[in-house]
Amino acid sequence: MEQEYRKNRIKSRISWVIATILAVFAAVVAITPFIFMVMNSFKDKFEMLTKGVFALPAKLDFSNYQEVIQGNFFKYFLNSVIVLFVSLAVLLIISAFASYPLSRFKFKLNGFVYAVIVACMSIPVHITLIPIFKMSQSMHLYDSIWALIGPYVAINIPISVFILTSFMEQIPKEIEEAATIDGCGKIRIFFSVILPMAKPGLSTLAIYNGVNIWNEFIFGYTLTQSQPNRTLPLAVWEFQGQYSMNTPMIMAVLTLTVLPMIIMFIFAQDKLIKGMAAGAVKG
Amino acid sequence: MKKGEISLAKKRQRDTNRVAAIFLAPVVICLVIYIFYPIIETFRTSLLNWNGISANQEFIGLDNWAKLLQDGKFWTAFFNNIKIMILSIIIQIPLGLAMATFVEFAGKKSTIFKIVWFIPMLMSSVAIGFLFTYALATNGGIISSISQLFGGGNIDLLGNPKTALYTVIGVVAWQFTPFYMVYCVAGYTNVSEEVYEASVIDGANKRQYFFHIALPLLKPTLKSAAVLSMVGSLKYFDLVYVMTGGGPGDSTELMATYMYKLSFAQFNMGYGSAVAGGMFLLISLISLLTMKVLNGKKEDY
Repeated sequence: MEQEYRKNRIKSRISWVIATILAVFAAVVAITPFIFMVMNSFKDKFEMLTKGVFALPAKLDFSNYQEVIQGNFFKYFLNSVIVLFVSLAVLLIISAFASYPLSRFKFKLNGFVYAVIVACMSIPVHITLIPIFKMSQSMHLYDSIWALIGPYVAINIPISVFILTSFMEQIPKEIEEAATIDGCGKIRIFFSVILPMAKPGLSTLAIYNGVNIWNEFIFGYTLTQSQPNRTLPLAVWEFQGQYSMNTPMIMAVLTLTVLPMIIMFIFAQDKLIKGMAAGAVKG
Repeated sequence: MKKGEISLAKKRQRDTNRVAAIFLAPVVICLVIYIFYPIIETFRTSLLNWNGISANQEFIGLDNWAKLLQDGKFWTAFFNNIKIMILSIIIQIPLGLAMATFVEFAGKKSTIFKIVWFIPMLMSSVAIGFLFTYALATNGGIISSISQLFGGGNIDLLGNPKTALYTVIGVVAWQFTPFYMVYCVAGYTNVSEEVYEASVIDGANKRQYFFHIALPLLKPTLKSAAVLSMVGSLKYFDLVYVMTGGGPGDSTELMATYMYKLSFAQFNMGYGSAVAGGMFLLISLISLLTMKVLNGKKEDY
């Protein structure tokens, strides 16, 4: 008995050692490209070539960063912030509006409307790209950040309605009934009861969609053209043309574009992880 | 009296319908303008010979669709998508599950691993694409430098048509594995503490607990992870467009990159629309089939 127990303990300890080694290996793989990016962003052009990519930079030299910031960088950042807040506000309002009747009303078309919205989740955005490109031109929105709001709202609606509807379904019926007895109409119930109670769901959704909108590429790339009208993920293009042989410079641009997410990760790690897994409800 | 009640109920239902219509109007308008109309318009454009700019739209019927069926490049792209799909599911989900299981079993001590593993999720696909273009460069890339440390030569992973697609798949795995870790961690929180405790009291060790209790309970999580990964792989675009642009040759060409290049580089919007339409139909078909297969064998726990 004693021996058996000891054998099992040794076995379990060995498997822990192996698991930890593998975990460390996975951590190294996950972080190496990131370190490569940050470390080389401080080097000068020739330093990287002569000393190799793994050598620490000779000194903490911010001149690459200075040069990047002197370009359109702040303009990209500002554009991204505007697009993010406007799209997110519209998206959350529209989704909350839609989720209210879908989660709490009985009417004929309920199931159908919900099914159609949810089915949109697997539609590839590429099929909408050419017509939206043409539309942005005829509405004179092409090459402006305002062209991005509509598509950003629309492509994120299906998942948002899906998540919010299931969230609102969990709000107890009794609260609503009490409000009805107090003489509240359906519209007032939404604003004074359902919306405040849906806040946690809305904040998770804000993070989930916020990250998606912040990182969005294909519409930003197609619907804007001139550099001052572009968003942060597209910042690299400006510098890539100019400095394609200057890897440290590009690494500085990339580090700066990732910085807002890193800051958010440091200050609100749990919220961010939870928000980004919001899609992790059964699909 | 009875009559009055019925009309009251009717009135109430009419009221409900009216409020529902008001609340649903914005969503319907938005989806019609930015999703349903564009889909129809894409199918209409696929019947045209049109460069996207000139007013001259020549109606050519189903010519573009006939061309699509025989277009080797499109089917190469489709099968590249399928390869990415299969390898993504095989690589990312088990790795994500393994990481989540490690985090679950090791408890608080493993927080540092969870944080480090999550790092790739902080970068946009575009940033990852650019980073890896440089990190995998023949000259001064990470892999080449490691190979030189061991006395080897430079390695050109992205420039070689034989390795390019698998390299892309590796980078995609680097990007998305943390997502499936988080996904599985969320799945574990649904497996209640009591179930674990009960199994320990019953004398189950960790391996038995994992295979006989946790894994069956995680099945729905893993299923929907697989569906997500599948749909995601079929519409993959950003990273590949940035990293390889579909090349070398058409070794990493995907449906989305092919469609994009046709429409916005060659300005062949008629045929580009047909490719977009084909992509839409294939993805819808595959999603529907998968849903049917997965829901057909519904198991309850």
